[in-house]
Amino acid sequence: MTETAMSTAKSSKLNGFDLKTAGPAIALLILCVIGFLLNPAFLSEGNITNLLTRSAFIGIIAVGATFVITAGGIDLSVGSMAAVIAGVMIIVMNGAVDTFGTGLTTVLIGCGCSIILGLGAGLVNGLLTTKGKIEAFIVTLGTMGIYRSLVTYFADGGTLSLNYDIRGVYRPVYYESFLGLPIPVWVFIIVSIAGWFLMNRTAFGRYCTAIGSNESVAKYSAIKVDRVKTLTYVIQGLCVSLATIIYVPRLGSASSSTGVLWELEAIAAVIIGGTVLKGGYGRIGGTILGALILTTIGNILNFTDMISNYLNGTMQGLIIIIAVWLQRGDWGRKTSAD
Amino acid sequence: MKTFRKIGALATVATIAFTGWASAENIKIGVSYPTPTHAWAAGMNWHAEKAEERLEALYPDVDLILVNSPDPSAQASALEDLMSVHQIDALVVLPFESEPLTDPVLNVKKSGALITVVDRGLSQPGIEDIYVAGNNPELGRVSAQYMKGRLKEGDNIVILRGIPTLIDNERFDAFMAEIEGSGINVLDHKHANWNRDDGFEVMQDFLSRFPDIDAVWAQDDDIAIGVVAALKQAGRDGNGMFVVGGAGMKETIKGIMDGNELVPVDVLYPPAMIATAMDVTVAAFKSNGPVAGRYILGATLITPENAASFYFPDSPF
Repeated sequence: MTETAMSTAKSSKLNGFDLKTAGPAIALLILCVIGFLLNPAFLSEGNITNLLTRSAFIGIIAVGATFVITAGGIDLSVGSMAAVIAGVMIIVMNGAVDTFGTGLTTVLIGCGCSIILGLGAGLVNGLLTTKGKIEAFIVTLGTMGIYRSLVTYFADGGTLSLNYDIRGVYRPVYYESFLGLPIPVWVFIIVSIAGWFLMNRTAFGRYCTAIGSNESVAKYSAIKVDRVKTLTYVIQGLCVSLATIIYVPRLGSASSSTGVLWELEAIAAVIIGGTVLKGGYGRIGGTILGALILTTIGNILNFTDMISNYLNGTMQGLIIIIAVWLQRGDWGRKTSAD
Repeated sequence: MKTFRKIGALATVATIAFTGWASAENIKIGVSYPTPTHAWAAGMNWHAEKAEERLEALYPDVDLILVNSPDPSAQASALEDLMSVHQIDALVVLPFESEPLTDPVLNVKKSGALITVVDRGLSQPGIEDIYVAGNNPELGRVSAQYMKGRLKEGDNIVILRGIPTLIDNERFDAFMAEIEGSGINVLDHKHANWNRDDGFEVMQDFLSRFPDIDAVWAQDDDIAIGVVAALKQAGRDGNGMFVVGGAGMKETIKGIMDGNELVPVDVLYPPAMIATAMDVTVAAFKSNGPVAGRYILGATLITPENAASFYFPDSPF
């Protein structure tokens, strides 16, 4: 981490130390030091594994959100989408037990169903935004309400629970490890690498940035703006479905309280990571750090009783604002820069 | 055992003769409550519908009108409709929030209807004729008593609390008052928002932070499910470890009937209280005994012996 900080510092001598890139990493490092000072058990293997696994849900969703936001859009529906996909997955898997038994086939059917739903839900958001010419905020605010009430309806207001025998087969997807890292963390790593590659090494990534900076210019530059924008929502949907696939085996249930506020956490992770909310500049690496920072805050607050429980939200809010201020503020720089 | 115990009657309304309401040809009773958005409320919705079927079959002249509303202002409008369109003789209301619904309920009262308030009190005293509620402090106290019976001096527990609200404070304060002086250490308490995911994460962190935990008070059955998953993940579900939840979720009660050692008991905070309120309200028109007053339901400790009477396999909760 320090190496990256050093190299960026060299590459941007004009600004002295480039906080735009190093900001999130520094914030995370400071948080970890605070956590360790509060309780050395913070750095125990068990806690670090818990932290990383927990970050995987928001992290994976936030990777998708980075594309949407970079291209100048926003998706408020991801939390509700995760809840409804989790709900439908559970219904489908419970229903498939009679035909396919409680083996791997049923779990694969559930996962396949999740991916189809994710892609479909993303496509709906994307098409309504581009072809329907409705603002993304309104489209996804609408689908957010629709998905949330659908899961409540499917669960009859209660909780959908996965068949107990399938749970045994599916459980390892959340709880087992591979080469010392839990499987959700591996999924997170793979999604992050794929996202980074797509954003930084492909034409698609550059198109997203171009559209986010100036949609008209992008259109005149022969970029298929509608198609690229729609694709960002489809990617977001895919990310949500992957996150759901690793979420369901954790507790084997979905209810109307599943995924509440995930959309805001994902957006916060993206912005903390240095992506600009109005689009035109996106950083996948920063997003991942942002997701880790958000989870770490919650974790540290559980590790201490120095701060009143009622002030948890205050601490989270302060740290988010400071983390963003670290990279946006003009402090330490000559003010003439615009 | 009685399902509820009456702890006091409102002297001011005791003199009112309820026979006045009963003279109408058809007795219309409005039942207003929040739209179910979580499992407990869905259970309440189910029990309200069951009570409606049962009471209307029993008394053909009683008409119960069930309305659920998604937010406080919708509930206020629903109350106006019940009054103007249906011209109800009595209202059973589980208010979304106390403050914004106090005036609307007061308006219904001015129309002459009998008022039964369920679970959450109004912010002005003396409006309701009948009050039916679960007993939050008792839930905390009964849980603490069970802990004291199972644990010895020097044992450690952690507490997972609900959403920061008055209900949560009442439960927590009564628990702490009861546990005080027993020598049982409360290592820490955190809010898990009556939610499985938060229960899981908070418990994971408690397990990393405290190497020695003997029992967990999860206060709520949803939180307890998350706690149990975290305990199993960490392999710390043995050695006499146990978790006490609360509410009376059907899966939890089934587990108790089957002799689950990790969650051996539950403390009742029943969604069926709406049915109790409807029964009492109908009784105001049908019974020859006085019914006005405050009914505080017991926070019964559910054990393998009595679990069957609290088990409703068809309810969503």
